[in-house]
Amino acid sequence: MSDIISRSTLASKLAGLVALVAIAVLIAAPWWGSVATERLIGEFMVYLALASLWNLLAGYTGLVSVGQQSFVGFGAYIVFSLALLAGWNPLYTVPMAGIATALIAIPVAKLVFRLQGAYFAIGTWVVAEVFRLGFAQMSILGGGSGKSMPANVVKQIAETKFWREATIYWLAIAIGIGALAMVYALLRSRIGLALTAIRDNETASVSLGIRIERVKYLVYVFVAGMTGLVGALFALQKIRITPDAAFSVNDWTAFVIFIVVIGGIGTIEGPIFGTIIYFLLREFLADLGSIYLLILGALAIGVMLTTPKGIWGFIQARFNLSLFPTGFRVLSKDKS
Amino acid sequence: MALLSINALTKRFGALLVTDDLSLDVASGDILGILGPNGAGKTTLFNLVAGTVKPDAGTIVYQGQDISNIGASDRCRLGIARSFQVPHPFSGMTVFENVLVGAAFGRDVKDPEAKALAILEQTGMKSKANQLAGGLTLLDRKRLEMSRALATNPKLLLLDEIAGGLTDSECASLLAAIKDVHSTGVTIVWIEHVVHALLSAATRLVVLNFGKIIVDGTPSDVMESREVKSVYLGEDVNV
Repeated sequence: MSDIISRSTLASKLAGLVALVAIAVLIAAPWWGSVATERLIGEFMVYLALASLWNLLAGYTGLVSVGQQSFVGFGAYIVFSLALLAGWNPLYTVPMAGIATALIAIPVAKLVFRLQGAYFAIGTWVVAEVFRLGFAQMSILGGGSGKSMPANVVKQIAETKFWREATIYWLAIAIGIGALAMVYALLRSRIGLALTAIRDNETASVSLGIRIERVKYLVYVFVAGMTGLVGALFALQKIRITPDAAFSVNDWTAFVIFIVVIGGIGTIEGPIFGTIIYFLLREFLADLGSIYLLILGALAIGVMLTTPKGIWGFIQARFNLSLFPTGFRVLSKDKS
Repeated sequence: MALLSINALTKRFGALLVTDDLSLDVASGDILGILGPNGAGKTTLFNLVAGTVKPDAGTIVYQGQDISNIGASDRCRLGIARSFQVPHPFSGMTVFENVLVGAAFGRDVKDPEAKALAILEQTGMKSKANQLAGGLTLLDRKRLEMSRALATNPKLLLLDEIAGGLTDSECASLLAAIKDVHSTGVTIVWIEHVVHALLSAATRLVVLNFGKIIVDGTPSDVMESREVKSVYLGEDVNV
């Protein structure tokens, strides 16, 4: 037997090189860009991470959650709780926020997994509202009007403004690129094979030995933990928290769904391109106010009707291109 | 001891009794053919054995273990594999990846990639390994169904109308593949409307009607029986 199983393509090797260069340029941004640039890229990373994670959840396991803001907000509140109430350095609260959010997702999953399809979607939203109302009751964290991080706490991140901005910026890069890399690694693993199978056909997956419920549960908790990390990042970026901003269905779910749908659901590349398109639209059109939102909505409907697999899905079908190959190709040497 | 024992199994869909107090033993090494008119409850019987449908009453014993309350994926891991009457390919995955899923999650497979390659070789699908399953012809989809099921390393293989809709030569090549699988020690239960294919492979035949077994015996006995003729051709009437 002289068969080789290949898992990379020429395009993916090139993409890997380009990505390495891009990451290096991004890491150097505090020295070539302004604070505004750092903040914009930082926000880009927030959406890149959220979109990649939501895509893993909805695009592969079919768990269409509209309540991921539960975990963004929860992670953000963990940061404020530990930094303000327990006196932790805000930077050290970030990993704790991820762990705590994954833990809270376990009972949440037990609850919402009893629901199917549209009921699941609404159920997750209801949970998010419960979280929002719950944190709004905590007067020690500012109640409904929220709380800012005092200057002495903020200074624990770094003494000077330059290093504070840079540190939070690098954290954003680490979480944005890290989320993408983890999603990619997961999809290339044995779990990824199961997820791709589940994406294509649940009935066949079960009959081939895949324990669907277990896989979905695992992915839900993993995505929640990572989403909690993004929430922690958001808390440090804004150094102010309110229940409405932390548990915003618009910011953390509606825009994220827009990104994934436009970019291409069920592909790794889709959320990347979706995030780029979303930020381009926002930079150029946000001044139009509500007309900007109308344009976003019309665009989303247009893409769903004409290219249901999004812009990346269209490119992939046309050019058979894959920047993040998760599949297997059999290369036979004994072919005549 | 029988590999599979179905004991007094009953399943209703609403008022319709699809499996009616049915008992059946399948011996290890058999190719058991199941015949019966449409709606006789053949596919439901498979769904019950594979675990996608839960029985209302009765038990299913496999290798001496009561598996009635075990989920479908765990039954696959115990060695019960099935093909679907209407193929369920993973359309966005290649043929190799489809088979790899079976090899990676089935019954104790050590090296899934090598196993998947070997199965593709065995079923003659290796030349199509990198094709997307969504673009396959009907014959290839049916072959893929079987390849994927085989990759799970089953002891008991349930084939649901795998020859339906194929030409004679396609049917013959599939039949050869099934006999080949049987020769490796896999017990097969095969539902089929293409009677000549079934007759040439089966070691035993049962005929189902209205959720009950009406005839059970060797292929030649069954085809001669009056019940089968009456189910398929109607009763003789003397005018």
